[in-house]
Amino acid sequence: MTDYDELGPGAADLVRPYVITKGRGLPDEKQLSLITLVTAAGDEQQRPTSLSPEEQNLLELCTAGYLSVAEIAGHTRLPMGVVKILLSALTERGYLITRPPVQRAPLTDRHILEEVLDGLRAKFG
Amino acid sequence: MGSAPSLDEQAYVRAGATQTAVKILVVGHFAVGKTTFIRAISEIPPLSTEETMTRAGELFDDLKGVRGKTTTTVAMDFGRLTISERVVLYLFGTPGQQRFVQMWEDMARGALGALVLVDPERLADSFGVIDLIEQYGLDYAIAVNRFDGTRDREERALREALDLLDDTPVVPVDARDQRSSADALITLVRYLLDRAH
Ligand SMILES: Nc1nc2c(ncn2[C@@H]2O[C@H](COP(=O)(O)OP(=O)(O)O)[C@@H](O)[C@H]2O)c(=O)[nH]1
Ligand SMILES: [Mg+2]
Repeated sequence: MTDYDELGPGAADLVRPYVITKGRGLPDEKQLSLITLVTAAGDEQQRPTSLSPEEQNLLELCTAGYLSVAEIAGHTRLPMGVVKILLSALTERGYLITRPPVQRAPLTDRHILEEVLDGLRAKFG
Repeated sequence: MGSAPSLDEQAYVRAGATQTAVKILVVGHFAVGKTTFIRAISEIPPLSTEETMTRAGELFDDLKGVRGKTTTTVAMDFGRLTISERVVLYLFGTPGQQRFVQMWEDMARGALGALVLVDPERLADSFGVIDLIEQYGLDYAIAVNRFDGTRDREERALREALDLLDDTPVVPVDARDQRSSADALITLVRYLLDRAH
């Protein structure tokens, strides 16, 4: 940990993301990629009030459907690192469902590329 | 953030039970047309994330709340296109500065491939981005954005200048035009499919 006193004026601003994430470190990259799709689990009534305002906002944003991790960062204007930390903590505690992208493999790649090609042609062709 | 932004229904992924996400990168130097291209294809208004360089960079190099004290750059922008009930495609655009290492790793990991936008009048500005794409082992196609009134450049000369493999596709693009942008993307995907066989 950096000693914030050493950072001089404005150091308080630098603390904020750390506070938002309650000191948690960056999550395992395998769990959340930029295109992992995320949605809220279960019903809103069961959510404890112990969640931070940031966590509650994220959950709210994820209630109406799926968004990618990148879109969540874009909509909330929070830094990507912070979003990943908050989302993985919420996932760990069962408030979010995440759908990771398919594992890359030659056969899946071909199927997916064919599907993308057909889709692009159908939309724009 | 103060309160959660409330989004309309179209902002969300139409996720079927088996929906999965894939991504393609749209790279190129500053002002080459990346955001314009993404806007032409995307079904949502392009979104972006910013990165900030700070002294606490070892902790988070994308700290928020320090704007004005350090430089903030749009590190990437992105759009989305629902392909089918099963696949949703994300397009990630970045100018490809080497210093955003973490971001590049995030973007490149698992990407199907990359479309490299180049301005034939500023070819040297594309070298760095192409180096990065190759470094991450991504297959790519070149889309030449000639803008208005710039003279045509012979494809052979361009291939030589960029040191391209013979089978690397080179297509013209007008990033403002949806059809033209889609054609460039289709050329890339067809190439990726050839490579996958
Ligand atoms: N004439 C012309 N202008 C373009 C084209 N693509 C982008 N522009 C313009 O070039 C400028 C930079 O484009 P932008 O998409 O922001 O570039 P980026 O920095 O790569 O995201 C904008 O003013 C665009 O309107 C194109 O194909 N033709
Ligand atoms: Mg841009």
